[in-house]
Amino acid sequence: MPEIKVTPLGAGQDVGRSCILVSIGGKNIMLDCGMHMGYNDDRRFPDFSYVTQNGRLTDFLDCVIISHFHLDHCGALPYMSEMVGYDGPIYMTHPTKAICPILLEDFRKITVDKKGETNFFTSQMIKDCMKKVVPLNLHQTVQVDDELEIKAYYAGHVLGAAMVYIKVGSESVVYTGDYNMTPDRHLGAAWIDKCRPDILISESTYATTIRDSKRCRERDFLKKVHESIERGGKVLIPVFALGRAQELCILLETFWERMNLKAPIYFSTGMTEKANHYYKLFITWTNQKIRKTFVQRNMFEFKHIKAFDRSYADNPGPMVVFATPGMLHAGQSLQIFKKWAGNEKNMVIMPGYCVQGTIGHKILNGQRKLEMEGRATLDVKLQVEYMSFSAHADAKGIMQLIRMAEPRNMLLVHGEAAKMEFLKGKIEQEFSIDCYMPANGETVTVKTNPSVPVDMSVNLLKREMALGGPLPDPKKPRSMHGTLIMKESSLKLVSSEQALKELGLNEHQLRFTCRVPLQDPHSDSETLHRIYTHLKSLLKGYTIQHLPDGTVMVESIVIKVSSSAEDANAKILLLSWSYQDEDLGSFLSSVLKKGLPKM
Amino acid sequence: MKLYCLSGHPTLPCNVLKFKSTTIMLDCGLDTTSVLNFLPLPLVHSPRLSKLPGWISKDGTINLEKKELLDLSTIDVILISNYHCMMALPYITEHTGFTGTVYATEPTLQIGRLLMEELVNFMERVPKAQSATSWKNKDMQRLLPGPLKDAVDVWTWKRCYGIQEVNSALSRVQLVGYSQKVELFGAVQVSPLSSGYSLGSSNWIIQSHHEKVAYVSGSSLLTTHPQPMDQSSLKNSDVLILTGLTQMPTANPDGMLGEFCSNLAMTIRAGGNVLVPCYSSGVIYDLLECLYQFIDSANLGTTPFYFISPVANSSLEFSQIFAEWLCHNKQTKVYLPEPPFPHAELIQTNKLKHYPSIHGDFSSDFRQPCVVFTGHPSLRFGDVVHFMELWGKSGLNTIIFTEPDFSYLDALAPYQPLAMKCVYCPIDTRLNFHQVAKLLKEVQPLHVVCPEQYTQPPMTQSHRSDLMLELQPPPMPYRRCSVLNLPFRRRYERVYILPELAHSLVPTEVKPGVSIATVSAVLHSKDNKHTLQSVPKPPPVPPTKKRKRVMEEPPVAPKPLLSGAVPLEAFLATLQMHGITEVKVEETADGHILHLQAEDTLIQLEEDGTHIVCDNNEPLRTTLRDLVLRFLQKL
Repeated sequence: MPEIKVTPLGAGQDVGRSCILVSIGGKNIMLDCGMHMGYNDDRRFPDFSYVTQNGRLTDFLDCVIISHFHLDHCGALPYMSEMVGYDGPIYMTHPTKAICPILLEDFRKITVDKKGETNFFTSQMIKDCMKKVVPLNLHQTVQVDDELEIKAYYAGHVLGAAMVYIKVGSESVVYTGDYNMTPDRHLGAAWIDKCRPDILISESTYATTIRDSKRCRERDFLKKVHESIERGGKVLIPVFALGRAQELCILLETFWERMNLKAPIYFSTGMTEKANHYYKLFITWTNQKIRKTFVQRNMFEFKHIKAFDRSYADNPGPMVVFATPGMLHAGQSLQIFKKWAGNEKNMVIMPGYCVQGTIGHKILNGQRKLEMEGRATLDVKLQVEYMSFSAHADAKGIMQLIRMAEPRNMLLVHGEAAKMEFLKGKIEQEFSIDCYMPANGETVTVKTNPSVPVDMSVNLLKREMALGGPLPDPKKPRSMHGTLIMKESSLKLVSSEQALKELGLNEHQLRFTCRVPLQDPHSDSETLHRIYTHLKSLLKGYTIQHLPDGTVMVESIVIKVSSSAEDANAKILLLSWSYQDEDLGSFLSSVLKKGLPKM
Repeated sequence: MKLYCLSGHPTLPCNVLKFKSTTIMLDCGLDTTSVLNFLPLPLVHSPRLSKLPGWISKDGTINLEKKELLDLSTIDVILISNYHCMMALPYITEHTGFTGTVYATEPTLQIGRLLMEELVNFMERVPKAQSATSWKNKDMQRLLPGPLKDAVDVWTWKRCYGIQEVNSALSRVQLVGYSQKVELFGAVQVSPLSSGYSLGSSNWIIQSHHEKVAYVSGSSLLTTHPQPMDQSSLKNSDVLILTGLTQMPTANPDGMLGEFCSNLAMTIRAGGNVLVPCYSSGVIYDLLECLYQFIDSANLGTTPFYFISPVANSSLEFSQIFAEWLCHNKQTKVYLPEPPFPHAELIQTNKLKHYPSIHGDFSSDFRQPCVVFTGHPSLRFGDVVHFMELWGKSGLNTIIFTEPDFSYLDALAPYQPLAMKCVYCPIDTRLNFHQVAKLLKEVQPLHVVCPEQYTQPPMTQSHRSDLMLELQPPPMPYRRCSVLNLPFRRRYERVYILPELAHSLVPTEVKPGVSIATVSAVLHSKDNKHTLQSVPKPPPVPPTKKRKRVMEEPPVAPKPLLSGAVPLEAFLATLQMHGITEVKVEETADGHILHLQAEDTLIQLEEDGTHIVCDNNEPLRTTLRDLVLRFLQKL
């Protein structure tokens, strides 16, 4: 029986280094190829030796699909394609293709130039890797080969994020990547049609959270920023250069405009300009409101938000700084954090999820003394606030997606085991479908039960349709009889007569003839007529004819009457039928044996 | 399968395809050549035009190419191939009872909307005091002068639609991406393919599992800004409907572009102005790109370029955000990130300026000599009318026609006598006959359907047999109002056998590599999808009414057809095994007659038939039947 196998190499009961292998209909697909933010050793990348021990992956994978540009979904890509070795196609959307190499280059710089690691991928490798990328358009059906087709759906989350539908024959899988079911200030909501996949592989970052309304969260956020500014404090918002950053920039920009605030807002790194430029060029990927008004006013041209310079961190007075990266694990955000951590007037707002092991994760868990590199410790006095602005679906959103796609099985990745367990229970209860949550390296096998496509002759189909009455009635199923011809890979369903013809076979007629003696004191023709009326009253719904040549036909069964030479009352009935009328023929002979009813 | 042809205009097609119980309209182009019969609509009062004898300037009325060939409300979907071919959409979707869906790509929708808004704006900003319609009456029309007298079907000429109708019509559009498979009622699948002609332009594949119709409209193989044409997906079509070939088969677009640039430079150097009547999207992007490279070498760095249209800004902005729909070169620019079209830089450096109309800012910024791009190419409405009046009298100025849709002589007629120079460099990037012949050789459709104009050389060049389609088998020509029966028969339909039934099938091999299985199943048809399912087991029959039941419900599975022959020796041996030993065999012309003497039963064995004559001994008959069946194949 056909089956689909799913094995997470990363993101199995964990957030980070998403990498999921799917085997479907003899095809092997890698979904995402990310890195783990919490590790700096081998565990940083997925374990590709699971796929093959010796070397290159090209022979083992039919394609790689990247859902969006976050490093925990694409960070291991150059390592996989250039250092482990993979030359097949890598699919991603246009915005992802545009932004992904920039983030990879950033990541490489931090790791190699700042931390001095060797044996890491090079700039050239990133370029070579990107040459293998085939861009995907939304809803476009891409034929990877003759059998494997993929289709991208809008996922919200970040610019260019996509969910993918993967289909081989009549088996299919949907992988969501990260998605968001509520539209926000700059992106739309994820959407998928009722594609009824065999397995829906969904992220579950916020499996247990049901978030309050976005409006409340935004008001809270603005209130906190405002209060901090009022008392002269500095606000640090660690973000990733693209994604939530733009969302919060739009939010603050409109707030500053409305409240006529003067405190400066800065955006760290030289990426700002460039990042916003991507948003302008890929405006078709943003939400409807921004798309509609972009000619008059481009939402990504900010008036109040200026580029940050390192020296500004020591400036007196209040300010708001967006700095990268978002989990305080390296780079500028960490530097600024160290500078500001000692002052209780300051505030850090974590707008998104933080992976275990990062400073972001530690301070969110209330840790107030941090061990830094070397032996130094850092006292955290500033206020730490957490606001979930990361655009993941919450429990409600995940259920909503299940309702949209109507999968036969559910598989959770990209979340914490305990939270998954909870959601799994809810899903199994509400939808009565199986829900899996494999750990890394663990394989889930789902048996599929695909129906078999065959080509049915239109003549046969029409004939069957016509039998059901003049108007097709969908509620009334019709029976169908035909012959299935299996030749090489083609399956054709035709009527038996046509099958004989197509196969060049002769038909073999099997006929039966039966003589039934009958005592009936009438003339032959009268006897025949009596038989006719008798059968007519007995058999409703059959065609019974009395033919002028002295026969009665019941369907195609022939009945004749003759009388013996000696006794004119002793009649002999001659019944003749073909094998196809066997049941009726045998029934008639038994009926007639019993004689005709008295007049 | 039928094709109803509602438009005779080869580049502005409107056909309706009836295929497997769906009714699909392919494009709805708007033929606006009828406006040439009207006087221009000036933006400011023109004493000259109003003094022309006989006629008052009229509203730009528009010819809608359709006839009551079929009821428009029965149309299920409309497939749009490019933004020029959707201009009649409001006439079809509004006030006709149309309830279907329109499918188009995002650039087609957005730019189509701009062009419609522009048209409406052009018409509405010069409201007309009065309009006359009684001249459309046949008896009146007969008395009219000139070409108007001979115009056909003037009663189908309609007033231009309004913005509300545009919005309502476009709200029915459902966006699709290239190679997206869209299911229509489960019966048919349609899919747009890149056609290389304009932003988001598409050809369409309309197919079921066994039949494929390709609709080719406005395609280009030249490398301009749009994504290249997808040719391979057109392969293996049963029918290919071919429309939208170049209207200028003898004009090479590259040559015309060169001529355009040199004439433009010459005029400017001589101190004159250049007027380019054009549509607000499409070739203008290529013209601007060409000028971008040409400006410095031709020393035109200080010459102002103006683009005047109510949608000029939107058109320029929209062109930059459709990276997915652009050619590879332009796509890679977006990755940098840089705007894909160089006109962004022309605007930034103030070389190109755009204005919604000649009123407002433009009048204060206006400097001469300059180059003005503006519409409408028919010269009957839009800002171009004003520039014709302004510049027409000076021989220094030049008007350069680049759009191929209108005869430039007809367009100029109301402005005569004219001192300004006229240059005609029509740029039409659509397929020419040479390219289309190569394409068809490549994709090999079984049948080609095309407008009749393509089956003979153009009227003015009747000796050019290379300017027509020559195919084997010859293409099926259509003209306006023809109804074609497309030549193919549906022979197979895809059905699905549910797993349970599939497992229960018992295949037998009848020939090497060929197996058969008899299938008795319940056929479910829902949403045009057919599935076969095992016959449910009949409920247990109550014993009392047994006989009646048998008669009420015919047996579910009829007996199969039989094939093969019964070999005599083996059959005799089998009979013997069943205790029938006294058999007298008699040879006949076609086989043998077996006389089972003890049972007084005859069996007639022949090559293609077996006849059992058995009286009053049902158990024997059924035994014999089963023995015979052992030797035969059942279908």
